[in-house]
Amino acid sequence: MNRPTTPQDASRRGREALIHLENEDLMPLPEPLASPALDHSWPLLSDSCKAAYECGLDNTCAVNIPQPKSREEEEKLVAQFLSGLQKLFSRENNWTFLQPLLLTMEHCTGCQTCAEACHIFEAGGRKELYRPTFRTEILRRLYFKHVKHGGLLSAWQHGDLTLNWPLVARLIELAYRCNLCRRCAQACPIGCDNGLVARELRKLFSQEMGIAPREIHENGSMLQLKTGSSTGMNAEVVKDNIAFIDEDISERTGIEFHTPWDVEGADVLLIHNAGEIMAWPENPGAFGLILTLAGVNWTMSSELAAYDSINYGLWYDDAQFARVALKHVEAARNLGVKRIVLGECGHAHKALCVVADRMLTGEMNIPRESSLPLLRDIVLSGKIKFDPSRNEFPVTLHDPCNMVRLMGVVEPQREILRELCPQFREMEPHGVNNYCCGGGSGFAIMGGNNFPDWRFHVSGRKKLEQILNAFSDCLDAAIPKYVCAPCSNCKGQFRDMFAYYNLWKENRLMYGGLAELIVNAMADVKPGFIEWEWH
Amino acid sequence: MTIAVYLAIYAGAAMFLAGCLRRILIYARAPLHLRWELYPVPHEDPARAEHGGSYFESAGWWHKPQVFHRCREWMAMFQEIAFLKSLREFNPRLWIPSFLFHGGLYLWIASLILMMAATLPGALTPELQIARLSVALLPAAAWAGFAGEILVIAGALLLLLRRMTDVSLKNYTKAGDIFNLLFFIVAFAFLAAGFVIHGSNAASMGEIARGILRFDRGTDIGVVLGTGLMLTSALAAWIPFTHMSHFIAKYFTWHSVRWDDRRMERGSAMESKVAGYMNYHPTWAALHLAANGEKSWAEIAASAPAQEAKK
Repeated sequence: MNRPTTPQDASRRGREALIHLENEDLMPLPEPLASPALDHSWPLLSDSCKAAYECGLDNTCAVNIPQPKSREEEEKLVAQFLSGLQKLFSRENNWTFLQPLLLTMEHCTGCQTCAEACHIFEAGGRKELYRPTFRTEILRRLYFKHVKHGGLLSAWQHGDLTLNWPLVARLIELAYRCNLCRRCAQACPIGCDNGLVARELRKLFSQEMGIAPREIHENGSMLQLKTGSSTGMNAEVVKDNIAFIDEDISERTGIEFHTPWDVEGADVLLIHNAGEIMAWPENPGAFGLILTLAGVNWTMSSELAAYDSINYGLWYDDAQFARVALKHVEAARNLGVKRIVLGECGHAHKALCVVADRMLTGEMNIPRESSLPLLRDIVLSGKIKFDPSRNEFPVTLHDPCNMVRLMGVVEPQREILRELCPQFREMEPHGVNNYCCGGGSGFAIMGGNNFPDWRFHVSGRKKLEQILNAFSDCLDAAIPKYVCAPCSNCKGQFRDMFAYYNLWKENRLMYGGLAELIVNAMADVKPGFIEWEWH
Repeated sequence: MTIAVYLAIYAGAAMFLAGCLRRILIYARAPLHLRWELYPVPHEDPARAEHGGSYFESAGWWHKPQVFHRCREWMAMFQEIAFLKSLREFNPRLWIPSFLFHGGLYLWIASLILMMAATLPGALTPELQIARLSVALLPAAAWAGFAGEILVIAGALLLLLRRMTDVSLKNYTKAGDIFNLLFFIVAFAFLAAGFVIHGSNAASMGEIARGILRFDRGTDIGVVLGTGLMLTSALAAWIPFTHMSHFIAKYFTWHSVRWDDRRMERGSAMESKVAGYMNYHPTWAALHLAANGEKSWAEIAASAPAQEAKK
């Protein structure tokens, strides 16, 4: 299709997707990935996937929405959507975000300033479908027509739209083409928030229609509330794994330590993203060593969900969000700890420290903070001796959106890197103006069909450009380079994206956390804590 | 004509005020939402605000009182309102037409206020001669108003041109958007033409202003200026019912969302509010919520999710 996609196109019937992306359409990358011809080809969706699921958006499928078998079923689903739409704008059902949602619905001028700030729109070849206002425009038209019950005058003023199942199905997928990084909201001259709209749409689909990606709902928040962690680990397995990590890190560093469990009245309850324990055990190991050497009175908790800081509800469901947040603070209250400290997980930071703040009343309002200021204070306190020459390799810092733009933790991690990493260099732009890693809002764990290809090619592309530019003077494979990403979700995205583009093998591009860099620079541990092995 | 103009002005002003008040009340009465701030937040400690930092950068933040540097906040808002800072920074191509348009509006509104201020004492106390009080103010106000009208027309024309020719804007431009810009152009063109025809005779403009305030039916307004005043009144009445009332929204999107980093304190009014919301009874239909309208938010949050049937 040559003409730009319009919101009305989303109602189009038929099996054909609204757009199809090719490498040539995308934002060019710098060297060594400058040629689109060298890029991976896009895997097409299988025929069985197309036959079973709704894939009419962009030939990518993230949510796996089964195709209705009849018009009656379609109509039933549309009726459910309409019911959810009403609830989204009602006080009783959506007190949590009603005000900012109303403001965004009623005041966008359509200036498109947001689009220039959106990494997905830019990297995706400036396709209308990926414009931050595209999905908002659809919701806005539906809001004025079906919630405000606007007639002809309203349609003339706000635009009209045909509500049918193809539109709803495309909107479900479209809600998962946004990282919720809210860079668009930061740029909006009015203060409208297209990131919030994507999040509220996800909420409507989850809370009313029971539709959400399996990875973040069934295998995510549901599993966490049932077994204690989205990794499926129960408390005993976590304790076993941590004991193994303690032993391994003690051996590697030459300093013995043991993670304390369920210590009543401890100063700090440390909660990691349990994914770290499974995928990057050196991170919780490094934390254990640092806190022990600094003399912090800390503990971990074996209560249900309290050993996994993730809270996927943040991305799609208020009830799941509240349930997990309550589990976290209940564990802290039961132990009588003085504060909760969150390990290196961006969305866990924002979930528990920021968003949950207005849900936690009375004795549930236990102080919650980021681990980064604590680590900064330890590093700068002189309690531990450091040898920065051990970190004599190029390091750049990725700013997880949830910690930085959405929480304002900007400097502590930089103070550490300036102190311990002689070759630290910033990406541009950075800090609160950063770009998302491309795995935000659950994308890093969503791996169905060809969705990972989309997130490497499109949502991760801007960050990849930033990283390659930051290391443009040292891309040679002889020089190991470290992308410091103090967030599990971002690390997952970097692990998969670097592997996809073969950047470890070809350019010795490694990623890792902040705590690992701190331990690597400790003068009293055995040298070589960072092993420069792909994992 | 004169009476029609007066009635249009009174009705337009009343509808504008009532419409704005209604909109303000809708947003102000909306429930306190969950925290959703965006950094930088200007009222933060100046050292932190420079890089967009928050009090979360400080370990043990809850031991320290939260400090709000309101002057910095109002300065940021002033830059945003007066110079459209965000637009200039993130969308410079649109900034010039938008700045002309908004700058013109500010100038025009300022002239209106100045004119009313200069004529109000005379209107309230007829024995005071208007010329004595306003001899210096009225010509300046009248010319400022005329300059504002020209700027608004120029800005609106450029914005219209952008909306008609720029594909990215065109795709999201509704008939209502075109109408709104044309409404501004026509109404302000009549005002400007009326001023030109009327001449820069400040006393005449002052008389009109005084006539409006005193419902003086003897004032000769003139057809062109009268039409302009009636159209502008209709425009003012229309604005609160459109997205053009974003001057109201902007207060809330900035102060109540982007910059609202107020933290929950035990025993606070905020805590009472949230406790009230927790007693709401949602009716979301998905099985895992088990929200049947009988359970409160608090009960749902404290319960385990119902297991959904296999799809």
